[in-house]
This record gives sequence, C-alpha cells and structure tokens, in this order.
Amino acid sequence: MGWVIFLFLSILCVGSVAAMIISRNQAHNALFLVLAFASLGGIFGLLDAPFVAVVQVIIYAGAIMVLFLFAIMMINLNEGLPPERKKIVYVISAVLAAVLAAELLVVARQAFLPPVQIAAPGSGNPAGIGRLLFTGYLYPFEITSLLLIAALIGAMTLSGKKESS
Amino acid sequence: MIPGQAFFILAIILFVLGVVAFFVKRDLLTQFMAVEVMLNAGNLAFLALAKASGRAEAQVIVFFVLTVAAAEAVVGMAIVLHVFRRKKTVRTEDASELKG
Repeated sequence: MGWVIFLFLSILCVGSVAAMIISRNQAHNALFLVLAFASLGGIFGLLDAPFVAVVQVIIYAGAIMVLFLFAIMMINLNEGLPPERKKIVYVISAVLAAVLAAELLVVARQAFLPPVQIAAPGSGNPAGIGRLLFTGYLYPFEITSLLLIAALIGAMTLSGKKESS
Repeated sequence: MIPGQAFFILAIILFVLGVVAFFVKRDLLTQFMAVEVMLNAGNLAFLALAKASGRAEAQVIVFFVLTVAAAEAVVGMAIVLHVFRRKKTVRTEDASELKG
C-alpha cells in the first residue's frame, strides 16, 4: 500500500514538473507547480514527517505559489509568448542534465553506505521538532527572524514608489 | 516499507528537472519557479536521509530551508516587478544591459 501511494504521488509530482517545462503559459506553470508541491507534501508525510508535510502544503502550495500568481497577474504580459529557444540550448541542457544526474547518483550511492540505525519512535513528531527547535537550534531560529525582517524591508525598498525624482 | 533510496532518487530526478527548467525557460518568473523546485528537491533529500538515519534534526533544517525559500520568493518577486517596471518585459534576454 505504501508503494502504491509513493508511486502515485511521485509520478504526479515529476509529471507536473515536466508539464511545467513543456507548457508555455505562466499561469499554467504556477498551477502545475502547486500540484507538484502538494503531492510532494504527501511524500513528506510518507517519510514520517507530518509537520513538514503540513507546512509544505500551507506555505509552499499556499503562500508562495499565491505570491507567484499575484505577480503573474500584476505583470499581465500582453506582448505575446516569446518564441522558442534555439535547438542547441535544448541539446546543451539535456547533456548537462545527464551529467548532473550521473554525478548525483554516484554521490547518492555513497550517502547510504553507512549502516542505517533504527529510528527512535516519535522523534519526528511535532512535539519533538518543537523541543529541538527551541533548545539546540535556538540561535538559528532567532536569526531566522532577522532574515525575515531583512526580506520584508528589502521587498518594500525595491518595490516602493520613488517619492522624489 | 519503502527504502530511503527511492525517495533519494526522486529527489535527484526533481533536482535535475529543476535545472533543466531553469535553462530551457525564457521568462524570469518560470525560472524562479524552477529554483523553487530545486529547493524542494533538497528538502526531500534531507527528509530521506533523516528517515534513514533516524534523526529529527533534518526536519528542523527543512524548516529553515522553507523560511529561506519564502524570503527569497518575496525579494525575488520585488526584483522581477522592478525589472518589469523598467523594461516592460520579463524575458531574460531583454535584460542584458551589461553586455550591450
């Protein structure tokens, strides 16, 4: 049963990312990406990470992609779709992708070489993550708030209208 | 019971697809989406290794990656809107002032 769900979700995810590459409509691309991220949330649930699965659906499929859709609506291209790239770009990117996949597979084989230990039960539940976040990872957590403030101020500065000039 | 390697291979496929999408696409917004796909593949690899090693620390790191992705999306959108306001286009090759 787990395999069925895993295969279904992974085919959905990979297929919608591939459809994003093929499709040339920006709004369709964003919606394909919502589907990909939602199915990835399901895969995270299969990995015993319920908190991350919920956060994935709410923040990625919800907040970030809605931001993308807002931007697409604001930009509202009326120049028509750009023509296709040259063939050589496709060839080069296919070769590059093959090389990258081979490299990653070599690395992945080494990543699983050490004997895996059995997971402690309940270590991945939200209570355990919260305890870890506020004890061992307290400083990174606080620095994250600085990062968010910086992003907020940066976005306001970049997109704000100039008063003078 | 699904082995961690299966999730890892899925992460590799997603990352490679993100790279391909970044190279093939021509508008800034879709290239931006490709970056998000790559970040998600990294998250998936973190979680696969977390399950294989039985440690919950990777989930905390995924949380931080999500925060960075959100901040990156906000600033990136502001930059894309700025480029659109100046050049009236979001095509990548039209924003080539440095090269001439």
